[in-house]
Amino acid sequence: MNAVIGLVYLGAAACFVIGLHLMRSPVTARRGNTLSATGMAAAVAATLVVLVDAGTVSMTGWVVLAAGASVGTLAGWYAARTVAMTAMPQLVSLFNAVGGGAAALVAAHDFLRITGHGGTLPARAGVPTVLDVVIGAVTFSGSLIASGKLQGVVTSQPVVFRGVRVLNIGLALVMFGGGAYLATGAPSRLVLALVALAALAFGVSMVMPIGGADMPVVISLLNAFTGTAVAMAGFVIGNSVLIIAGALVGASGGILTKLMADAMNRSIPNIIVGGFGTGDSTGTAVAGDGGQVRSVSADDAAIQLAYARKVIIVPGYGLAAAQAQHEVRELAELLEARGVDVEYAIHPVAGRMPGHMNVLLAEANVPYSQLREMEEVNPEFARADVARVIGANDVVNPAARRPGNPVSGMPILDVDHARSVIVIKRSMGHGYAGIDNELYTDPRTGMFFADAKKGLAQLAAAVKVLVG
Amino acid sequence: MTSGLLADLSIFVLALLVGFEVISKVPATLHTPLMSAANAIHGIVLAGAMLIAVTADNVVGYVLGFIAAAFAAMNVVGGYVVTNRMLGMFRAPAARQTAARQTAARPEAAQTAAQTAARTRAGQP
Repeated sequence: MNAVIGLVYLGAAACFVIGLHLMRSPVTARRGNTLSATGMAAAVAATLVVLVDAGTVSMTGWVVLAAGASVGTLAGWYAARTVAMTAMPQLVSLFNAVGGGAAALVAAHDFLRITGHGGTLPARAGVPTVLDVVIGAVTFSGSLIASGKLQGVVTSQPVVFRGVRVLNIGLALVMFGGGAYLATGAPSRLVLALVALAALAFGVSMVMPIGGADMPVVISLLNAFTGTAVAMAGFVIGNSVLIIAGALVGASGGILTKLMADAMNRSIPNIIVGGFGTGDSTGTAVAGDGGQVRSVSADDAAIQLAYARKVIIVPGYGLAAAQAQHEVRELAELLEARGVDVEYAIHPVAGRMPGHMNVLLAEANVPYSQLREMEEVNPEFARADVARVIGANDVVNPAARRPGNPVSGMPILDVDHARSVIVIKRSMGHGYAGIDNELYTDPRTGMFFADAKKGLAQLAAAVKVLVG
Repeated sequence: MTSGLLADLSIFVLALLVGFEVISKVPATLHTPLMSAANAIHGIVLAGAMLIAVTADNVVGYVLGFIAAAFAAMNVVGGYVVTNRMLGMFRAPAARQTAARQTAARPEAAQTAAQTAARTRAGQP
């Protein structure tokens, strides 16, 4: 019996790995997700068999379990079916929070059960229990705050108050001190509660000072945390499939965190210490005295686009904020119908979570073969007649190639290599790095000042008039 | 260190390495679905929550078990459903061009679209 269950768990773990492996390509990704879900269903079914077979579960136990699972299933299902693609980062963050919370509760519950009968934790469970409770609780509160910031319930501005360092050090001391005490096998429920509360508070004080623009890194990092917490829960209850699944997620979150931090030109500690990722510019700033800006009309821009052979579109967060994905695709289709070659150049941090812009454009029916990654598309700019930048700023600033400014060394899209550039932007406002963008004052650049949605609709109308 | 803990630790480290290897091959285009799928995978904590919830024998235990089961079920179901929904939006070029051909009013426009389609399929600029 145990051997069969163990094999099912092993099969589930293999499904998770192969499922992630199939995500290498959009062609097979969906199949991968289905395979992974099948593995999950098998693992949950096997766990049910274990419970039924043990026969020790009380009626109340079953009712509690069924009720909890039903409530969670309905909530998860509803949220997943109704969420708008622009709100995806909040939802992923929310799922992350509940996953971390559940992992922390597993360890806390195990601890209470054992100590409730006057026992002490087995030596091997001490450290994982503490780590699970601490990491899980930090993830829970931190992800909730991150989700709130993305949703706009909590301010997306960095919140820094005096004494936050002292507070964090205090909380860390409670977590380490209390944790070490519990890890020795001390059966103190009070200390466990203190540690859990300190961890919850730490999650809040860790995420509050981080600005909206740094969210892709924060979400990835919290994802890695949840994975680790789940793996620790696996250590606590001695279940290898939890350990494997948790480690896979930990690895995924870790890789994405590193990629995002590199793409933003920030180190991970720098983001966590926080305080200057202030999010989007307000759009009211005026042009610096760096040079002349050439403004273009919709008609001029339409002529440039309609008679180009190759157009590369660079979508930034401004596009998503204006919900203009569909307008972008419509204009692109108009141009394609004229035989113009259209591609999208996607910077890794375009959007509010890793890869967010790709999902938004996929939703607007842009085929994935046109969505090109930064390294892949950069050499193409030299062959493009027009690069059209929509609501992106720092990621196209050529100043990044020179040392001595806030964006130095940041990987950018080589938009300035294109023969001409059209920038659709509401104003000359700064990006979050807070510096002038040299691309805007380049003689080959025409600025088309408009809201992304309206501006693109105007451009499409102008192109239609032009080509009859 | 007991042999049980050592075995668990080995599994953890090896799974971490497999994860790094597999996930570093996922293209940036799919990073959001990847994160969402990874999120769903850590919903496996549901199995842990189930094993734990049923050992409860007092009110505190039941409450913790209920919350853990609800959280984990939300994580796993929501995670897979939303990932599937997202991946369903990633369309292959061919499917879309059929639609474009149907909607194109003028035959010459449709022809140009088809030519573009052929070039896109061939992967040439």
